[in-house]
Formats: sequence, structure tokens, C-alpha cells
Amino acid sequence: MSVVETRRLTKHFGEALAVDHVDLASTEGEFLVLLGPSGCGKTTLLRMIAGLEEPSEGEVHIGGALMNGLPPRTRKIAMVFQSYALYPHMTVHRNIAFPLRAERLEKELQDEKVHWAAGLLGIERYLERRPRQLSGGERQRVALARALVREPNVFLLDEPLSNLDAKLRAAARDDLLAFQRNIGITTIYVTHDQVEAMGMGDRIAVMSDGRIRQLGTPEQIYSNPADTFVATFIGSPPMNLLEGPERTVGFRPENFRPFSDVPADQLPEAFQFHVNRSEYLGSDRYLYGTVEGYDEETKVIARVPVGVSIEEGMTHRFAVAAADLRFFDPATGERIGPTS
Amino acid sequence: MSETAVEVKAVAPARDRRHFLDNDRFLAIGGMTPAVLYILGLVGIPFVLAVLLAFSDVTVGDPSLDLTGLDTLRQVIADPVFWQSLRNTFVFTLVSNALVVVLATALALILTKQFKGKWLVRFLVLLPWTTPVSLAAITWLWTLDSIFSPIDWVLRAMGLLESNVIWLGKPALALASVITVHTWRIVPLAAVIIMAGMIAIPSEIKDASDIDGARFWRRTFEIEIPLMAPIIGVAVLFGVILTITDMTVVYVLTRGGPPPNSTQVLASWAFFKGIEGGDLAQGAGTALFLLPVLIAVAAFILRFARRREVL
Amino acid sequence: MTLLEAERRSANSRRVWGRVALYVLAFLAALLAAFPFLWSTITMFKQDQDLYTKANNPFWFNDPPTLEHVRYLFTNTEFVTFVSNTLLVGLAVVIITLVVSVPAAYSLAHLVGRWGERLGIAIFLVYLIPPTLLFIPMSRVVSALGLHESLWSLILVYPTITIPIAVWLLMGFFKGIPRDIEEQAMVDGYTRAGAVLRTVLPLVFPGMVAVTVFAFTLSAHEFIYALSFISSTAEKTISIGVPTALVRGDVFFWQSLQAAAIISAVPIAFVFNLFLDRFISGFTMGAVKG
Repeated sequence: MSVVETRRLTKHFGEALAVDHVDLASTEGEFLVLLGPSGCGKTTLLRMIAGLEEPSEGEVHIGGALMNGLPPRTRKIAMVFQSYALYPHMTVHRNIAFPLRAERLEKELQDEKVHWAAGLLGIERYLERRPRQLSGGERQRVALARALVREPNVFLLDEPLSNLDAKLRAAARDDLLAFQRNIGITTIYVTHDQVEAMGMGDRIAVMSDGRIRQLGTPEQIYSNPADTFVATFIGSPPMNLLEGPERTVGFRPENFRPFSDVPADQLPEAFQFHVNRSEYLGSDRYLYGTVEGYDEETKVIARVPVGVSIEEGMTHRFAVAAADLRFFDPATGERIGPTS
Repeated sequence: MSETAVEVKAVAPARDRRHFLDNDRFLAIGGMTPAVLYILGLVGIPFVLAVLLAFSDVTVGDPSLDLTGLDTLRQVIADPVFWQSLRNTFVFTLVSNALVVVLATALALILTKQFKGKWLVRFLVLLPWTTPVSLAAITWLWTLDSIFSPIDWVLRAMGLLESNVIWLGKPALALASVITVHTWRIVPLAAVIIMAGMIAIPSEIKDASDIDGARFWRRTFEIEIPLMAPIIGVAVLFGVILTITDMTVVYVLTRGGPPPNSTQVLASWAFFKGIEGGDLAQGAGTALFLLPVLIAVAAFILRFARRREVL
Repeated sequence: MTLLEAERRSANSRRVWGRVALYVLAFLAALLAAFPFLWSTITMFKQDQDLYTKANNPFWFNDPPTLEHVRYLFTNTEFVTFVSNTLLVGLAVVIITLVVSVPAAYSLAHLVGRWGERLGIAIFLVYLIPPTLLFIPMSRVVSALGLHESLWSLILVYPTITIPIAVWLLMGFFKGIPRDIEEQAMVDGYTRAGAVLRTVLPLVFPGMVAVTVFAFTLSAHEFIYALSFISSTAEKTISIGVPTALVRGDVFFWQSLQAAAIISAVPIAFVFNLFLDRFISGFTMGAVKG
């Protein structure tokens, strides 16, 4: 039984369609990431699961039960917001205790639980401080303690790392992941940062225009993107796409190598690669150029090890192993097979 | 590298000197000057004059400015009506503004929700404050008329009343009427100010309290109102200033009566003494007592607001 | 499952009752706020014999409604004069207020630094000095300047009430505009003054609209200065003219009086309602920081 499930979940805001008949099922204990650019509907989807928005159509199931029409507090969920939404006028202790007060729990039990949650997150010494006296990372931990104390079935996180500066972000990411592994609660995590998603998620749902384009593990999404959107959204630099009359050909920059470097038994597909400029990044070199036989404007990128010497301004014979080629329908962008 | 290099042109000296319109200090001083002059000239000078008058014996009959020390102020304090006015001023201000806080907060809560006909409700609710004070008082004068009051008619029709309530004729009722008019007038202003405070609360905090299980009353009293405390303070400050310094409501509604001076306030008493009575010195002296009260109240409320500021 | 069903049902009913309570309270609020005006509106169309019969239902037109009192107001009293005086004074005061307050607010917001805070508070303190203290010496100043009994006395004095509030409001608006915009214009070749005029001023336009409405309202409301400076009926404004001129001795021309009140009140409330959201945003910017 999946912990969180949505069936044909849809949300209209007036004329605009924010979430388009989304079917999603989580597995128990997994770290599921909703990934996509701004406006793709991931936050709206999360909010409908939380009960902060009413769906226009479709159903939300949590723990096997239908949640439509039920307010957030009855869903046994906890949510961490981008700003952490700590109550600024209360101490950390009162912040964490707030959900327990709302449940009318006895005072001793409240204190017990607060200390338990604070202990788990290592913030016991901050209990009498106010949020504005804490750093970003410490605030995140308070938000997690407040979420944990309700012993929810699902954790919902809405871009909790975006407000931290880059240096803190990595440490906070590790903390968050360790925390989730430790607690083992199903977590749904919204982000627009694909590096974050790839690093943290057990599975990733890539979204755009209100629909899930692909749901899979990071490996599946990276190696076998379901359409051109996923192919270009994931991976930096993105997958190269060459549009032909019958089909679009795609390959990752690291798979685009000099012809001589591809063994014959890998069935190399050859291209004439005119290199315009190169970038030296220490560990790799990136070559930027165009490929003969395809649209002049299409930029193609190759990632080669530093030792390989390629001259700029010249055309070289490059190749991609057959197994590394991906094909897409030029009209719909969807993945199609190699036969054509 | 490329054949056609861009030529670097010599920069033509357009403005060698710093133009006076660039000089920030000049602009700052120039910008402030008209306002400062206006205030100094038309508030500062009359203020000094008012103080001087309070220490003189100027009347309409004897307009020469002879300074007489504390005599005038002693006369002012010796008059029992002064003390009654002072007491009334406090009572009106305290009671009205206590009511205003409660009613305006409730009104702000209502007006921040969406519902049909909101525009009309807003319009009607704004009327008490946007109407010129004297005209609002006139509508109340008619509504509380000792013979034709519609309130009395309704009470009579319900069988609760025999003849008439003399709203403005009995001292206790007159006091209540003045308090009602003040409250009625200020609630819209306070509500607007409080609404501004409400909107400043981040919506994520309200969402978080929803998820944490807080229902309407808990969310309103434990989250929203504490976070709005500073701005409720500002609203109260405005309300207090408007009530303490107002003489119009009393003037139009009761003329300070019922006789002899049951609803007199400091502001109206100063007017009667100074303009209608012709004793400018005593008028100024009476009004001067408004100042320490105002400053004390303002300081108190501002300090309260500062300390509660968390957002 | 039945626990959840119960939850769903109670959440639903709470939602419904919440809406009902909201509508009831909104209706009550509107009624309490406006009933004197509703009463006035009915009154102004009532015939004398209907109005002055104690037993008659006051909310019903027992005799047919009439326009005669409204007509009386416009033809037999100086009401029209009062209105034009009020409009004139209002317009002049708005202009003076804007001309004086806008540069002052900008200077305080950006150019004066630490002093800016102190001066801002000083301006607010000035606001605390009430007309009820100043009106006596002020009337001597006004006579000394020969402006007694003239609208110019009001035009001169009212800005002392409107300027502090206008500066406070506008400061909030100016502070909300990033300086990059001016600096970009200065790089493009304008002086600081020119840059502000061309780039920042258009952006505070909503603030200036708010100040216009506020200043006009304050000047239309003002009572004590007007009462002290002006006694000749031809120079009176609505605020003092209606309570004084429409009461002949002890006889109140109630219907015309109420008509005057309603005609003056409704347009101002209407305009305020239009701009309410702007005011609120102005307050949030200037409010607690001041």
C-alpha cells in the first residue's frame, strides 16, 4: 500500500490549469522528489496533498484513506515551508510544542515530546531562544522538530534549502538526508534544482505544465529520459538534441567522443563535428560547436578528458556508441525506439 | 584577434563642475526647507504664542500682551469645570478606544475575507470616518432627537419603552452618546490600519498553523493577534489622538451640556473660554494641558509597539 | 474509516457555519456603521407632516416622498457656496501639500541618513500638537495677516495638518523604491534631481494619489480653525456652514440638513473605497518603521 497516492489530481485557477490529471504513488519510506521549473505545478500538487488547496478534480489518498474535503490537521502530515514559517513571537520550545497544544495534549507529555524531538535534531540548547536569534540551518532543524513532533505519516517539504546560501546548502542537504534515513518517514520534496534532486531522491518525478513527464530513479531519468523536456532539464550541460526530418537524435556530451576513441564493437555512429570554442575546466574540457547535416543553429557540446587534444576552428570526426543514442519524435518530443 | 577593433573615444567633458542639482546635501536641504519653514512658521510660532498667552492675561477686551506668570494657569485649575473636562476627556478617550480596539480588530478580520457584496459593505463601513466630523455629528443629532428618534420608535414598537429617551439631555446618556459617536467614527480608520498589519503576516505562517492543527480561534488569538500587536498599537495611537484633541463632536452634539457642563472636554472648554468667552489667556491655558497628556500617551504606545515588533 | 467520515462531516459543517457567521457579521457591521446615514437618506425625502408625526413609522413613507427639501437646500440656502468653497480650499491645500511634502519626504527617505530618522520622528511629534491648542494664537496670526474672514486663511493653515501625514505616508512609498533606478538614470546622464524627477516620481504616483485623497478629506473635515477664522456665511465651508447656517435660531431644517450631510458624505466615501487597497499598501510600507 502506498503511503501517498493521487488519482487524476487536477487544479484550475480560473482559466489556467496548474495541475493536469496527475497520477502519483509513493512507496513506503521513500524520498520522492517533485522536480521542475517554476510554474510547473509541483508546489500546487504538494499543497493539494497537504490539504491547503482543494483539488478541482481527482483524489488524494494518504495511508489508503481518501483525504478529499479533510483539513490538513486530520491528514497526519507535516510540512516544512521555504521560509520555515517558524512563529517569530514564540520561543523554539513553544514553536515545537504548538501542534501538541492544538491537540490538547497534557503538559508533561508535551514537554517530553518536545525534548525528544529537539534531542533528535540536536537543538536542545536552543529551546529558550527565538527564531530570529538562530541561523538558517538551525531554523531548519527547528522546523523539522516541529514537524517530527506530530509523528506524521508523510513529510512534505517545499524547497526548504532555497533560502540558504550556497555554502550552508550542502551541509543542510546532508543533515536532511541523514534525518530522513534515520526516521524512515515517507517524504515528498519539491525543488527546481536538478542537482539537488539527483543527489537526494530515491525517485524523481519530473514535471512541467502541470503534468509528470517521467517518474523514475535518478539513473533511469538520466540515462533513459522519457521525452525531450526531461532530456534537456536533467544533466548539466543538457543532452544534445539534433532534429532530423523523421526523428530527433539525442546523446549526452560525455558520450560524444572522437571517432577513434569509440571501439568498433560499440557500433559508433559518426558525425562531423565543427568545433567553435573550448572551455578548460580542470577536470574536463567542454567543446562547443555544430554538427554537419543538421540545422546550423543547433549547438552541440562534447565533454572530453583533458588529455585529448582537439583544435578549435576545425572539423573533427566524432562518434556516439549506438547504445548511447536516444531517439525522440520530432513532433511530440516523446521517446521512440531506434527503428525507423 | 579580430580585425576590426573598436576604437576607444576620448570622453568629451560634458560637465566639468558638479552641478548643484547633483549635490545631495543641497538637494536634501532644499527639499526639506519648504516643509520645515511651513512647520516652524505656522506651527512653531503659534505654539510659542500659545504658551505666552497662557502666561498672560490677554482677553478680547484687553489685547495687550502683559505677562502675568502663573496667575492664569492658577485660575484655570481653580475652575471645577476644568477638572470635569479633564475627567471627561480621559473617560471618553479610554472607553471609546477600548471599544475601538475590539471592534476594529473584528472588522479587520471580516474585511480581509472574501465574500459577495464586500465592496458595498466596505463603502458603508467607511462612511462614519470619511464623513466630515461635524456632519456625522449632525446625523447623530437627528438620530438621537429627544422627540423623533427612530431608535425610540423601534423601542416603543417593541414594547420596551413608554415615551422617549432623552439621549442628549440626561448627563449619563449624553456621555454614552458622545462615546458612541467617537467609537463609531474611529472604528473604520482603525480597521483599515489593522488590515494593513494583517496583510503583512506571511501566508506561510498561517498555512503552518493550519497544518499544526490550529483552528480559527487558536490561530487568531495565538498567532495573528500577537503578530499584529505593534500595528494595533499604531491604530490605537491614532484613535487616541483623534479623541483627545476633538472638540467638534461635543460642540455639535451637546455644546458641552446637558447643563451645566456634563460633557465638556478640555478641547471644547478651551474653545468656549477662549473664543466664545473672549478670555484668550484662559483658553490657551486650558488647551495647554492637552500637550503633556498627548506626549505621554504617544510615548507609551510607541514604546509598546517597538518592543512587540518581531516581523 | 468512520472516524474520517465524521471528521469530514464536521469540517464541512464548520466551513458552512463559518460562511454564515461571516455574512451575518458583515451585514451587522454595515448596518451599525451606516444606519444613521440610512436614516438620514430616508429623512431627506420625507414631507414635514410625515416626519413630524410621532406615531408614524419613521422608516416608511406614509406620505409620498418629496424633493422639496433637497430643492430648498440648493435654492434657499448657501449650500452651493459652501460646496464650492470646500472644493476650492481642498484643491489649493492638496497642491500646496504635494509641492511641499514630496521633496521633504524624498529627502527624509534617502538623503538625510541618521538625521532622517530623527527628523521623521520630529515631524510626527508636530502632528501631536493639536489645532485645539493652536487655534487661539493662530487666529491672531491670521488677523495680523489680514486674512480673517477669508478662505485664504484656511488655505494657509490647513497644510500644517496635512503636511506631517503626507510626509509620513510618502516616506514609506519612497523607501520602497530601490536606489538603483535613480543611479541608472544618473549614469545615463541626468543629475540626481533630474533622475529622481524622471524615474522615481512616476513610481510614487500611487502614493501621491493617496496623499491627494487624504489631504482633501482632512481639509473638508476640519472644523475648529474654520469656526475660529470665519463667521461670514459667504466664506464658510461645508464643515462649519451646514451646522450653523441651516439652523435658524432654534428651528432645525432637518430634512435639508440631512440632505446636506448625505450629499457631502457619499462621494468622499466612494472615492476612499476605490483607493482603499492603495492606502493599505502605503501603510504597510510606512507604518511600524516610522
